[in-house]
Amino acid sequence: MALDAGLVGRSYPPSAVYEVGREKIAEFATAIGDPDPVHRDTAAARAAGHPDVIAPPTFAIVLTLGAGNVVVEDPEVGIDYSRVVHGEQRFTHHRPIRAGDRLVATATIDAVRTVAGNDMLTTRVDLATTDGEPVCTTHSMLVARGAA
Amino acid sequence: MSARPVEVEVEVGTELPEQVTRVTRADLVRYAGASGDFNVIHWNERVAREVGLPGVIAHGMLTAGIAARAVTAWAGDPGAVVEYSVRFSRPVVVPDDADGAELTVRGRVAALLDDGRVRVDLTVTSGGEKVLSLARAVVALG
Repeated sequence: MALDAGLVGRSYPPSAVYEVGREKIAEFATAIGDPDPVHRDTAAARAAGHPDVIAPPTFAIVLTLGAGNVVVEDPEVGIDYSRVVHGEQRFTHHRPIRAGDRLVATATIDAVRTVAGNDMLTTRVDLATTDGEPVCTTHSMLVARGAA
Repeated sequence: MSARPVEVEVEVGTELPEQVTRVTRADLVRYAGASGDFNVIHWNERVAREVGLPGVIAHGMLTAGIAARAVTAWAGDPGAVVEYSVRFSRPVVVPDDADGAELTVRGRVAALLDDGRVRVDLTVTSGGEKVLSLARAVVALG
């Protein structure tokens, strides 16, 4: 089923506040095999010029996944999640995510396309602090493979 | 602003140190927990085969996260990566054994941008096959 081009620009209500914890950052860094102390040790992070431990560049996917679900679950989008694969991912960091950040994620449908029977849905997620400071913008492209 | 600037001269064509890692089933379980991505195809062989995959595959974002390490280690500061993008071109199949799958990351400086930023293009392969395409990072070296 082709996605409706009229969906482009549709925005969803902001997520609940996500508080970035230092243990979560350390856990994520360990999971990608990253030994850098700036993800674990406040003194090392400060020596590198950061106010507190910072997250690896792909940590924003943790918040993006949750925020993107509102789009996938929107019945008017009508995407079949059992056929979905992750096609592309982009992160634009306005500054590093760090421990103590209180972030809100807002999802917007950025693009829809159908190529060779496959639906492609690009969702933009804007991550900002509760004070409104932009922190990271992510673009996720999901591909729903057409039924063979 | 990085307090750990790259000390080498950077120009178009500068190569990053090659990074070779292995990804095992245990790594997939650990990444599932850390990321919150519990998609069954990343830990259940039966379900992975039912949906037409050759076996359990790594999370694309685990591959992308490991690949980004080659950039952050080279830059000296993970905070210097201002942009990072990947296309998932081929799944990384992770066998149920102690060795898992091998992942090789190579990178080179592809462009010098304004304000001391550079674009690094990555080549990420597993078993000789490209698993990410258009894997690019913009790094602020200034």
